[in-house]
Amino acid sequence: MSVTANTPSVSAAATMPIGTPRHHIAIFAGLLVLLLIAPFVLYPVFIMKILCFALFASALNLLLGFGGLLSFGHAAFFGSASYVTAHAAKVWGLTPEVAILLGTIAAAFLGLIIGALAIRRQGIYFAMVTLAFAQMVFFFALQAPFTGGEDGIQAVPRGSLFGMISLANDTTLYFVVLAIVFGGLLAIYRIIHSPFGQVLKAIRDNEPRSISLGYKVNRYKLAVFVMSATLAGLAGSTKALVFQLASLTDVYWTMSGEVVLMTLLGGMGTIFGPLVGAAVIVTMQNYFASFGAWVTVLQGTIFVVSVMLFREGIIGVLSRWIRKPL
Amino acid sequence: MSSPDIILSARKLTKRFSGFTAVNGVDLDVERGTIHALIGPNGAGKTTCFNLLTKFLQPSAGNISFNGRDITGLAPAAIARLGVVRSFQISAVFPRMSVLENVRIALQRRRGDSFDFWRNQKVLNAYDEEARERVEEVGLTEFIGETAGELSYGRKRALEIATTLALEPEMLLLDEPMAGMAQEDVSRISALIRRIAAKRTILMVEHNLSVVADLSDKITVLARGEVLAEGPYEAVSKDPRVIEAYIGAGHG
Ligand SMILES: Nc1ncnc2c1ncn2[C@@H]1O[C@H](COP(=O)(O)OP(=O)(O)OP(=O)(O)O)[C@@H](O)[C@H]1O
Ligand SMILES: [Mg+2]
Repeated sequence: MSVTANTPSVSAAATMPIGTPRHHIAIFAGLLVLLLIAPFVLYPVFIMKILCFALFASALNLLLGFGGLLSFGHAAFFGSASYVTAHAAKVWGLTPEVAILLGTIAAAFLGLIIGALAIRRQGIYFAMVTLAFAQMVFFFALQAPFTGGEDGIQAVPRGSLFGMISLANDTTLYFVVLAIVFGGLLAIYRIIHSPFGQVLKAIRDNEPRSISLGYKVNRYKLAVFVMSATLAGLAGSTKALVFQLASLTDVYWTMSGEVVLMTLLGGMGTIFGPLVGAAVIVTMQNYFASFGAWVTVLQGTIFVVSVMLFREGIIGVLSRWIRKPL
Repeated sequence: MSSPDIILSARKLTKRFSGFTAVNGVDLDVERGTIHALIGPNGAGKTTCFNLLTKFLQPSAGNISFNGRDITGLAPAAIARLGVVRSFQISAVFPRMSVLENVRIALQRRRGDSFDFWRNQKVLNAYDEEARERVEEVGLTEFIGETAGELSYGRKRALEIATTLALEPEMLLLDEPMAGMAQEDVSRISALIRRIAAKRTILMVEHNLSVVADLSDKITVLARGEVLAEGPYEAVSKDPRVIEAYIGAGHG
């Protein structure tokens, strides 16, 4: 009799058995424990930054790694959500959860518009359309009266959660951010492992074939685009509260590039890759900040190396090694 | 004699690619419950015809009807939903999904749309049993957990057929289903096609003439985008114009 277990077949995120693999549950649980301890060991704002970017990169990965759509304009969603949240908290004096909600809704709405226009294009043209729209959002942010131009919106009050729990304290805020980000990551995990996610992977793998099976692929693409934009917005809104700042950096094209870099470095199409990619890049920016412009050069080098040498990214390689989808 | 029951028909079907006419005024009638072969030399326009019939390409002129209904204006996914499902000349599996998942994605169509992103994919387990049967039908059981992209070419073709069949379409359009298959697989798939043809209609492009002779009830020969001859294999294979077209195009 033949034993399939002996055949060396498992490519990275390929043969996902039905049901939640135990090692995924274990990793999520371990991650949560680590993150609960982390603020007592490390600087909370630093970990919150990683968390926000981990969510941002995971949102992009949902679109890129599972929908097969490369967006070069995700800063538009991250940044506009950041502005809306900052404005809502500072000018309108809304509570943080409402400010975040508004920012996220704004990103979702923007995602619907940009997505509807972009999904009709394929491959690099899709990427170019998203980039073009993101640039429009950038110029809007530069010119609009309420964004504060070059200064951005500074000194955004963190406020009190539900008007009761003050978030001025970094550690308190940390646990709120952790809940948001972890919730977001679990949501993405579920989307990927839903009947919808299954169709998404089919479209990513072979679009004409999916059409020939009767799937209306454009609707699925638009749906995942909006989901990705919404989650990127959630990350941007949260970031605005953490740093009490919304600025042009958030909507600039380099931000779109950075999140693509994080995803590729960690491993696109994997579950945990974007988290690792975000942690590596943010850590690097933090510790090498004194090198100034050299950080960009270093980042560029990492980008080139990761694209040329290990396309599967850190987690992709690891996953192939242990022959388990990660 | 009653008039034949036509399931799919095309009238004056034409496709021009920037000046070059790939398909030129093709009339085609496929009778229900038959295996109809579309043959012709390379570049004759067979695949283009498939693309037109399933609306993967927009015809420059002409119209198409299925079960008496004009489907010329429909989108490709809509035509698939009506029960006309095609395969592709180059193998079309979902390479990063497992063999089982490949078939299941077709079975999943029965739920209608799958926009339920909040639900655990465990609900799809309901289709596993049937997916296994479909996989067994094409002899791929021992590869069921394997990634489709890593199968040999012939096995990918077999998987593709299993996936197409899983939709239980009223009509199948198979573009060179046997290309690149080993002889034993050709026999298996031939037998399978004959078996499914009992309840369905098949329009098939195939270069393997012994398969065509063996399986098809009727043959349409296409050359340079036009119908050259039509009829049963015996008649068509003796037609001097057909022989000339094949020799002219370098086929023995
Ligand atoms: N998208 C396209 N743009 C321009 N020309 C095309 C296009 N698709 C097909 N053609 C041309 O139309 C002609 C018919 O091609 P088609 O693929 O339909 O042939 P075929 O009969 O399927 O051939 P084969 O046996 O090689 O598969 C060819 O000359 C081909 O080059
Ligand atoms: Mg062809």
